[in-house]
Amino acid sequence: MYAYAGKILRVDLTTGKISTEPLTEELAKQYIGGIGLGIKLLMDNSKPGTDAYDPDNPLIYMTGPLSGTMGPTGGNSYAVVSKSPATGGIGNGESHGFFGPDFKRAGYDAIIITGKAPKLSYLWIDDDKVQIMDAEHLKHFTVYQTDKTIRQELGDFYIRVSAIGEAGEKLCRFAAIINDEFRAIGRSGMGGVMGSKNLKAVAVRGTKDVNVADMPKFREFVKLIYERMKGPATKKYKTLGTPENVLVLNSLSALATRNWTNATFEGANKVSGEYLNEHYVKKIVGCATCGMRCDHIAVVPEGPYKGSISRLEFECLWSMGPLCGVDRLDAIIEAMRIVNEYGMDGISIGVVVAFAMDCYEHGVITKEQTDGIELNFGNAEALIAIIHKIGKREGWLGNALAEGVAKAAEIIGGDAYKYACHIKGLELPGYDLRTLKTAALGFSVSFRGACHLRNGAYSPDVKGKVNRFKIEAGRGKMITDESKMYNIIDSLIVCKFSRGTYYDGWKDLANYYTLATGIPMTVEEMALAGDRIENLARLFNIREGKGTRKNDTLPWKIKNVPVPDEGPAKGVCVNEEEFQVGLADYYASRGWSPEGIPTVEKLKEVGLGDLAYIAEKAEQGGN
Amino acid sequence: MVRPQDRKFVTADPEKCIGCVVCEYACSMVNENTFNPNKSRIRAMRMGPLTNLAVTCRHCEDPACVAACPKDALSQEENSGIIRVDENACNGCGWCIAACQFGAMNMHPEKKVVFTCNSCTDNPDKEPQCVKWCPEEALTFVTAEQLAQKSRQKAVQNLFQTAETPK
Ligand code: SF4
Ligand code: SF4
Repeated sequence: MYAYAGKILRVDLTTGKISTEPLTEELAKQYIGGIGLGIKLLMDNSKPGTDAYDPDNPLIYMTGPLSGTMGPTGGNSYAVVSKSPATGGIGNGESHGFFGPDFKRAGYDAIIITGKAPKLSYLWIDDDKVQIMDAEHLKHFTVYQTDKTIRQELGDFYIRVSAIGEAGEKLCRFAAIINDEFRAIGRSGMGGVMGSKNLKAVAVRGTKDVNVADMPKFREFVKLIYERMKGPATKKYKTLGTPENVLVLNSLSALATRNWTNATFEGANKVSGEYLNEHYVKKIVGCATCGMRCDHIAVVPEGPYKGSISRLEFECLWSMGPLCGVDRLDAIIEAMRIVNEYGMDGISIGVVVAFAMDCYEHGVITKEQTDGIELNFGNAEALIAIIHKIGKREGWLGNALAEGVAKAAEIIGGDAYKYACHIKGLELPGYDLRTLKTAALGFSVSFRGACHLRNGAYSPDVKGKVNRFKIEAGRGKMITDESKMYNIIDSLIVCKFSRGTYYDGWKDLANYYTLATGIPMTVEEMALAGDRIENLARLFNIREGKGTRKNDTLPWKIKNVPVPDEGPAKGVCVNEEEFQVGLADYYASRGWSPEGIPTVEKLKEVGLGDLAYIAEKAEQGGN
Repeated sequence: MVRPQDRKFVTADPEKCIGCVVCEYACSMVNENTFNPNKSRIRAMRMGPLTNLAVTCRHCEDPACVAACPKDALSQEENSGIIRVDENACNGCGWCIAACQFGAMNMHPEKKVVFTCNSCTDNPDKEPQCVKWCPEEALTFVTAEQLAQKSRQKAVQNLFQTAETPK
């Protein structure tokens, strides 16, 4: 096998036992790598019903088959898969930067971490030498301090570190794992799982070669992709970047504002991509082996947050900006910086704060409970103050909010559930689902909870390919088809920003895979693998009691509060009837039962017949 | 006969380089037929998101590495300025690594002798591949005089605030 390392590393933090085992070519081909293979390893290495924070819940670090090659974006990636403390189902995230290639060069396709270290520790992987190191002195260090200190004490600038901050140590349910300062395994609380294992960081140095099967042809193919990355498919990311979405979504009445109270933001021009780039962006940089570059590095030039510096993307700008009613970019940049320091998901944190603001404005929580913070929409100082409290789990409210909106609403009680905007326990990302209804359906069925990156269902709505104010038959198939592609993108772990450069879609990706690995792969086989991964993830969620029709829901506000803003979207929200029609359409397009459970025939078709017992049990009313 | 001032070397523009290490992968690909930055003759440094630069051998006049080598394993090619390593003589002591101000001398992870930029003269491509692959067009293969001219042009342009492009 080429490109793959052919080896899986196992670390038991409780006993300190470290071992390796081979990765078979069969498994590699069936699940590709990244989240696909990660979900397979999670399924095979966990017992049903294990709590996400139980030492037995495996935390699985993955590379992709392309990691360590010079394939643009595929070369620089890694992923993490585990049971999510936010949803109780599949948790996963992918990150680029510089960490992934060293992890592959050290000689591993995967690391399965189980157990719990007796005290705060970090894992030091120096090629074949793997050690569990003391990290007590790194307690409550920021992600960046941790990274810097580890590299200094191990004495090598080129060591790469993937770490958690204080939030992960304190089991925040939306804690992130971060590498290279600001590249995050952000969603679904993977940092919390790491914290529950007393694991502060994974540091790697890999010095081995990564070889591809057909170097001359791989070189040619990769050169072509680098050329395509010069434009036009990647223009957006290299110019305004994703913050371009602020004005686009605002014009569509799809810019969720003040916790989905409004769908347009009166301050949009002050937080737009245009304004950000003109006043704050100093330089646009990028990850290792990437021909696009998208990291808009923003620096605050003056005022109370002078000198604050952070990378800023649309999702986080939106969550801590419009969603909280905040129209000050200096405060949003500072908020982003501290969120990265604590190591939290930049989407969830904004939704959590907006939820608390909504509760505060409706008198569901009082000024006493906020420890005196005036948590009104638009209060930028309050945003920063409450982020610190959540990161530290300080005070009653800080502690409750670190649980994420779903659990916090239970703790707060009363009407709080109405303001908790999440699906399956994961906070909604930056789209107003009332006015983007394909997205509403797509997000509700995503296996990691509210997620725009499992099937990209916002795209047909935003691009005007469908009537976005309606759910109707046919949307299910769109979501199904796209989900297969997204699963492959995250299993090869190529960056989603690069998807426009694979002009021949599946054909390009299958070719890319074969040139690197030497394993023959047809377009059909690859699409089937994408479907296999989706069905496997669904089975995992079903096994954990989180994967049937009753779990595919939408937040209260999306269904009950019509858009009040003037314009074409006025009065729109998702009604239960159309939503149920959409679910039925989706399940049918997947070959799933009306309960949203994969049928035995479907499982056999995708090569998961051995797991049919999970589906059968669920159909009979068990989990 | 090439005059010393005509010697070309690879240099990175600090305003353009973003530390993406594509140059490292290109170098190891063409010179070592593998992907491994540890075997690259050019290394990019990312000190922080705003501070990035790729660095390689500048083919100095009177090179410190050659002077430092106790084994006489290094020599400078007259025409190109390329530092040649006699792999039989080099014992990997690392004096040259310490002597080079640019960190352009590297220890080969397997051969245990030093290696440095050969301007791609040892591989079939014959011209510097890092320059060809850099997505930011941050790298150039230039003489010291060309670099100086570029700086002078920029300085004068700034002074006159002119958009006129140099002839
Ligand atoms: S390829 Fe170019 S931009 Fe990237 S690190 Fe090398 S010189 Fe810098
Ligand atoms: S010129 Fe060739 S040998 Fe020298 S650093 Fe560039 S790619 Fe490597």
